[in-house]
Amino acid sequence: MSDAFAQSLRIVESPADETKTASPSVSGAEDLGAPASPRGYSLSRKDAGDGEIGGELLEVAMGPQHPSTHGVFRMDVVLDGETVIKLKPIFGYLHRNHEKIAENTSYLGSMPYTDRLDYFCSMTNNWAYALAVETLAGIKPPERAEYIRVITAELTRLLNHTCLIGFLMQDMGAMGTPLMYAFREREKILDLFESLSGARMMCNYMRFGGCRVDLPPGWLEQAQRVADSYPRFLDEFEALLSENEILLARTQGVGVLPKELAVNASITGPMLRASGVNYDIRKVDKYGIYERFDFRVPLGSHGDVFDRYMIRVLEMRESLKILVPALKEISAGPIMDPKAKLRGFRPKVGEAYGRIESGKGELGFYLISDGSPNPYRYRVRPPSLINLTILEDMCLGHTVADVVVILGSVDIVLGEVDR
Amino acid sequence: MESIEQIKARIEAAISGVRIEIVRNEAPCAQHSLLVAAVHAAAVARFLRDDPELRFDSCSNVTGVDWLDAEITEKMKIKKVVEGVEKEVEEVKQSKRSGYLEVVYHLYSMEKKHGPVIIRLRTANRSDKVNLPSLTPVWRGCEFQEREAFDLYGIVFDGHPDLRRILMWDGFKDFPMRKDYVEPDDYEYEPTPHDDVLEKTKRHYPSEEVKA
Repeated sequence: MSDAFAQSLRIVESPADETKTASPSVSGAEDLGAPASPRGYSLSRKDAGDGEIGGELLEVAMGPQHPSTHGVFRMDVVLDGETVIKLKPIFGYLHRNHEKIAENTSYLGSMPYTDRLDYFCSMTNNWAYALAVETLAGIKPPERAEYIRVITAELTRLLNHTCLIGFLMQDMGAMGTPLMYAFREREKILDLFESLSGARMMCNYMRFGGCRVDLPPGWLEQAQRVADSYPRFLDEFEALLSENEILLARTQGVGVLPKELAVNASITGPMLRASGVNYDIRKVDKYGIYERFDFRVPLGSHGDVFDRYMIRVLEMRESLKILVPALKEISAGPIMDPKAKLRGFRPKVGEAYGRIESGKGELGFYLISDGSPNPYRYRVRPPSLINLTILEDMCLGHTVADVVVILGSVDIVLGEVDR
Repeated sequence: MESIEQIKARIEAAISGVRIEIVRNEAPCAQHSLLVAAVHAAAVARFLRDDPELRFDSCSNVTGVDWLDAEITEKMKIKKVVEGVEKEVEEVKQSKRSGYLEVVYHLYSMEKKHGPVIIRLRTANRSDKVNLPSLTPVWRGCEFQEREAFDLYGIVFDGHPDLRRILMWDGFKDFPMRKDYVEPDDYEYEPTPHDDVLEKTKRHYPSEEVKA
């Protein structure tokens, strides 16, 4: 390695290392020698064992490269050549102590703030929080509100999965086209949300005991048109991608997550089901009115990136099987439980954990009430954060280029990881 | 799923000398929890995970809770003989509780599709005896969440493979989710200060400069 390159990398000798025990032929660490900087990139000698020159291990800060990480997520990776031998995700740059802020405001006051967790899926965030408060206080939303919740949640799932596939392709090097196709469909759904709640992404739509406003005239017909045109888009998307040779080569057998590890590491959502575990909270908890709809849970068999891609495509098709009948069956009626009290809401002393199947996995809220207008403890169970636990296990032994794809298939949003 | 009393009885039968209490939850959902003594936490966790009937193979949610020193007032109805007649009299009993930190684990079974069972561990106090056994060796999913409880509450998990700060930066000293945390006094200029900001402004500037 040339001195100029060594300088440009700010190479430092890592102090506690195998360097000391290496054989004489490889113990020339000082000629790499730039002055030791406190934290730079570092090279360390690889111990070949038999006196051969083993080369070096390179520690680099990798990322941000995923579109949703925009400068707030990186991985400290130790590389042997191009192979990853250690990986630690570093995050926390978007941390604003969401939970503390929510503990200092009323129950209703943190509803708009839940939009900012996973800012792609504000509707499901609202629902999870509303469900937790309803579990705590024993409120039951009326029939029409339950239908609106299912419709908006499934629209959110379509939007989330579509965009995730677009991002995954972007990560793989398919610049632009698939992502723009995905965003074109996302626009249609965001238009629906805008006409419903007044905001495209930060909807702040649901309330404990129902929903904020009723559907505007013509909304159901518009949603029906979106739902009817979606299978055609999915066919087009799949014709473009699913059998693409590059996609298959980049994703099959990459980032395999075994079933046992996935369960033990509390992985939830499409990632868990891609590993072949039949666990969908819509089926298990039957929250809302999901038991009325006939849909199936797609399962993967390999647990690799391709399965995670395919699970999301199949889940979108199953979502449409919920969406289409829900749009037909919805009946007129009130959208708020008349007994629910939004302002001055003081639940009795107690605690509750409410969870839903969001696009990314199990989104749960844990609330402890001490009888005051503010929650004593407010906790978000963020699926994005917990699904990152096994990122290292999936990436070990793969190349740097694969790490990008594996991270893309986890589906993280940093607003939720950092909170 | 078995009731919380049955699960408690099964744990007591399987692990000798274990101390478990049921913490009642008065909310309509009635998610009661099990308070486990810290020394037996790992054994109880293993039992809950491996027992073929229970199989709580996934630890969904881990979180810290901070309980400050508090005075607890309990209203009790006691039967008393007042002027020769037996009556129910309400009596207020006050007791002091010293503060502690608590970790709450929500367990679900993906195999049996039941849950949640909630277990709680409590530290001895809030200052120096804040160690609890880590359950990461039992459930890998606790890893990041226990790190978060360490980061924000200062609960030290013994046996955790990689206990570092996760959301705050490494040099950070305090534990921001504790109830007695005081935010740093980093005043930011605001042209028309009001409420809390006005109070802060007065601390930073002589009073004549502050125009509310």
